[in-house]
Amino acid sequence: MSNDTGLTPSPAPAAPPALPDTARPRLGPHLRLRFDRSRGKHVLLGPESVIVLNGTGADVVGLCDGSRTVAAIVDELRGRYERPVDHEVRDFLARMAARRHVILEETM
Amino acid sequence: MDRPFGLLAELTYRCPLACAYCSNPLELAAYDDELSTADWQRVFTEAAEMGVLQCHLSGGEPLLRRDLVDLVRTAAELGMYTNLVTSAIGFSRPRAEALRAAGLDHVQVSVQADEPGTSDRIAGIPSFERKLKAAAVVKDLGWPLTVNVVLHRQNIDRIAEIVALVEELDADRVELANTQYYGWAMRNRAALLPSRDQLARAEEVVRDARDRLGGRMEIVHVLPDYYSEYPKPCMGGWASRQLTVAPNGDALPCPAAQTLPLPRASVREDSLATIWDEAPMFTAFRGTGWMQDPCRTCERRELDFGGCRCQAFLLTGDATRTDPVCHLSPDHGLVTGPVEEANAGSRPVDELLVARPHRG
Repeated sequence: MSNDTGLTPSPAPAAPPALPDTARPRLGPHLRLRFDRSRGKHVLLGPESVIVLNGTGADVVGLCDGSRTVAAIVDELRGRYERPVDHEVRDFLARMAARRHVILEETM
Repeated sequence: MDRPFGLLAELTYRCPLACAYCSNPLELAAYDDELSTADWQRVFTEAAEMGVLQCHLSGGEPLLRRDLVDLVRTAAELGMYTNLVTSAIGFSRPRAEALRAAGLDHVQVSVQADEPGTSDRIAGIPSFERKLKAAAVVKDLGWPLTVNVVLHRQNIDRIAEIVALVEELDADRVELANTQYYGWAMRNRAALLPSRDQLARAEEVVRDARDRLGGRMEIVHVLPDYYSEYPKPCMGGWASRQLTVAPNGDALPCPAAQTLPLPRASVREDSLATIWDEAPMFTAFRGTGWMQDPCRTCERRELDFGGCRCQAFLLTGDATRTDPVCHLSPDHGLVTGPVEEANAGSRPVDELLVARPHRG
């Protein structure tokens, strides 16, 4: 083949889409979440991307199952961490959605 | 030292296609002595132990390896994300099903143009229809599909039609990647380098396509570095994130690095970890200590790492010089010369290409 090494960088993300409370995020169809023992962190693997997640990021992605709403994810993590997480979680989800790492299913 | 995230496993340089923009080395015969199945399986195991998370199976045409299914299975069992980079020639439905069962995560199919005439002329064999069929099999078996189109002077004016084709194929991602000038592409540079007008029209098409398809398809557009002000941050820094293993076992920081005047490193002689940590091929341009001016004192030196070492060597004969793409490079004329030629009004868009030989 080549001149296509499979190593092209990800494009700059577009403007973040709106993030309604009722949207149900799920992982993009071509992505896989796993724990990487050598780095001691969760990683999100895609065809051309490796995203090393911090603890909160891994927890959020772990809850993106297509059934929980954005509001439910925020509630769950607020309970788990016993601190406000609203802004942090929404900001992370918006950035993930802009890169299509997370797909937002609209509640009908 | 950082651990690599990705391994580009160039399983073979044999290929049924003969694209004149191929970045494979000119001396293809030097790579005929290919690693065995057991060699590759050991390389994958060592890579996974080092923290490699992605395994790109590429070439040449990786489907020409009869052990491809076994190699995919090994990489998948090691937990790596496996990506097949293919021309799609040889991607029959039974083969595809076996690869799916072995755990292959993703398929990238190359397409040379939007219609059989140009596509088959560039590929050197009738292949367009087979590619469309293969793309349908990828989707049918539930894989995410990336379509890669290498853009150049002879197909970039068809970019709107190319995007329409990719839409029709229901791809999840498309890479519209302008040719990078290494290997056979360098030999064909004059016939491949697009003009400024061609690039401007293409950018407009891509912008419209992104507006239209934003939510449905990821569009990666790689511009030719010859037209940029600063060089690309090649490989995210020398030997910092990725490594390549060539068909004969040569380990390289990037697929073009076999051209550099550095001692060979081979997985036949050393472990991948030893090579990554100690081989001159990997240590030579790590960090910023090797830099000359203007890179040495440039505030961007940790952003673009002086650009591409292979391009610096290819154009100037000295791998420690600033990538001539950079407008601050004293050798910038080596890039602006060909660019001005590409923009001469008299220059045709269909000059003869020197095809890389078919091997396989």
